[in-house]
Amino acid sequence: MLKVKDLLQKKRKYATIPSEKTRREIPEGLMNKCPKCGAIQFNMELMKNYKVCSSCGYHFVLNAMERVDMLLDGGRIFEYDEDMISKDPLSFPGYPQKTEQMMEKTGMRDAVITGEGTIGGFPVVVCIMSFEFFSGTLGSVVGEKIVRAAEAAMQKQYPLIIFSTSGGARMQESILSLMQMAKTSAALGRFSESGGLYISILTDPTLGGVSASFATLGDIILAEPGAVIGFAGRRVIEQTIRQKLPDNFQTSEFNLQHGHLDKVVHRKDLRATLIKLLDFHTVKEVPIHGR
Amino acid sequence: MAGELPFEQPIAELRGKIDELVKFGAEKQIDFSDEIARLEERYKALEEEIYSSLSVKQKIQIVKSPQRPTTLDYIQSVFTDFIELHGDRLFGDDQAIVGGIAKLGEIPVTVMGHQKGRDTKDNLARNFGMPHPEGFRKALRLMKQADKFRRPIVTFIDVTGAYPGSSAEERGQSEAIARNLLEMSLLRVPVICVVIGEGGSGGALALGVGNRVLMLEHAIYSVISPEGAASILYKDSSRAMEAAESMKITAQDILELGVIDDIVPEPRGGAHRDLKKQAELLRGKLLEHLQVLSQMSPDELKEDRYRKFRQIGAYDFLQAPL
Repeated sequence: MLKVKDLLQKKRKYATIPSEKTRREIPEGLMNKCPKCGAIQFNMELMKNYKVCSSCGYHFVLNAMERVDMLLDGGRIFEYDEDMISKDPLSFPGYPQKTEQMMEKTGMRDAVITGEGTIGGFPVVVCIMSFEFFSGTLGSVVGEKIVRAAEAAMQKQYPLIIFSTSGGARMQESILSLMQMAKTSAALGRFSESGGLYISILTDPTLGGVSASFATLGDIILAEPGAVIGFAGRRVIEQTIRQKLPDNFQTSEFNLQHGHLDKVVHRKDLRATLIKLLDFHTVKEVPIHGR
Repeated sequence: MAGELPFEQPIAELRGKIDELVKFGAEKQIDFSDEIARLEERYKALEEEIYSSLSVKQKIQIVKSPQRPTTLDYIQSVFTDFIELHGDRLFGDDQAIVGGIAKLGEIPVTVMGHQKGRDTKDNLARNFGMPHPEGFRKALRLMKQADKFRRPIVTFIDVTGAYPGSSAEERGQSEAIARNLLEMSLLRVPVICVVIGEGGSGGALALGVGNRVLMLEHAIYSVISPEGAASILYKDSSRAMEAAESMKITAQDILELGVIDDIVPEPRGGAHRDLKKQAELLRGKLLEHLQVLSQMSPDELKEDRYRKFRQIGAYDFLQAPL
């Protein structure tokens, strides 16, 4: 009896958390179920629709490489620091095994890829976080890579674009993780003083240490529809105020309404919006009337 | 010995016995001086034994004790002529953070910190020392004011965490913290931050980007509360002590990790045992570090602070396959 129960539990676990890797291994033509409305659609259709549910508009979570494909010209990125990996500075029980496991699962080295490419011909430095790697947590590697990217953008005078998604700080690096918030914010402070343009794009979810540092410091802050964006998690807030929160609490739309964002942009319009913004900020020889 | 913590029970009991014996001897006019001397000897040894090797758990008990001195206690005992300044000019005056101008010796400084309540009523007014965005924005306003008038800044950190409530989210808790981190890094005056009790997460760091970051001997500093870490890591908040130990949250550990610059010693048993002594020790350290920082130009101060945080982090590179 007990054995059967165990088996069932295990099975349910596998069914509810499909990793990107296994998702990719599903042969083409297979169906995909929307986690929000339950609509079933062809994978190919979904991909054509920027991984947005055609019936309810739910934006599926993307990993970093999927974003590169959708965003950068030719799906090409010249990666910075691609071989940077985390250490275990506190000798935190189980941490090295967990990072190893994450690398295996996702094929990434840590929760962000950084590098340069072009969008609509405009050169940019991009940082793209992936939630599938360690819940996108901010540790020393993410902090260092983002700072190096900001420094590169400053030196090359390219705009900086960061796609954030994160559950918060990486507890396994404790105080060093916390300090990455200060480090990245300080680097963005320098970049801002140098006149650089930083566009921050918040995706589902962006919480804790990431939202309380670089993610909310953009000159322009965009968000994908329906993303959860906030400092504390819903469960913690509900415990604090002892009330149920409304469904739309901490969504992009909620944040827009409260003045924390410039614009909520549908994924299919994101590239065009970025090109427009980049164009605005590119110094050109414009003939000025009367001269 | 009033208000002893659980681990101090044996000391308190022994003290009680000694006092009793002294009283009894005086009443009955019997000479117990030998016994008393012997007991005092034992008392000293016991005290030494308990206080010289405080565990993480005991340190947490000390910093969470309601007797632990707060920011206002230090402002009043370390500085003179304090004038409190209120409000963020945007929304309100968050009493979970206090600040103003004061003199450190002869030097005018801007001083601020998280403020926990001293009793239930005070705690309600101060939201148990958990700031809303307007608290962080008040702090930033005061820092920018200090920058303008070239006053050094001293901040005291003592917070469980920024307030995790819906009102805080609506008013932009994340942005308020992030903005402080960015703006503090650009200040052109000396900034000294002292963790006096609990340094809890982003709400602590929002006052923590200094040229020098110090911690009191028994203070703790971490990315998440031990309970929070345990509930996420082990899905069991009762394993908080295990999480606390893994996270290396004591001043001694954090000094070793290179995140803070100095530790301010505490009187035996903790700051609350002798506030006057603690204030003296703290003033000494503040003056010592300010002395060094005041030799730097505004640009050097900004650069010094940037470099301090820029180098924090531990990472590696994958070895290229042979």
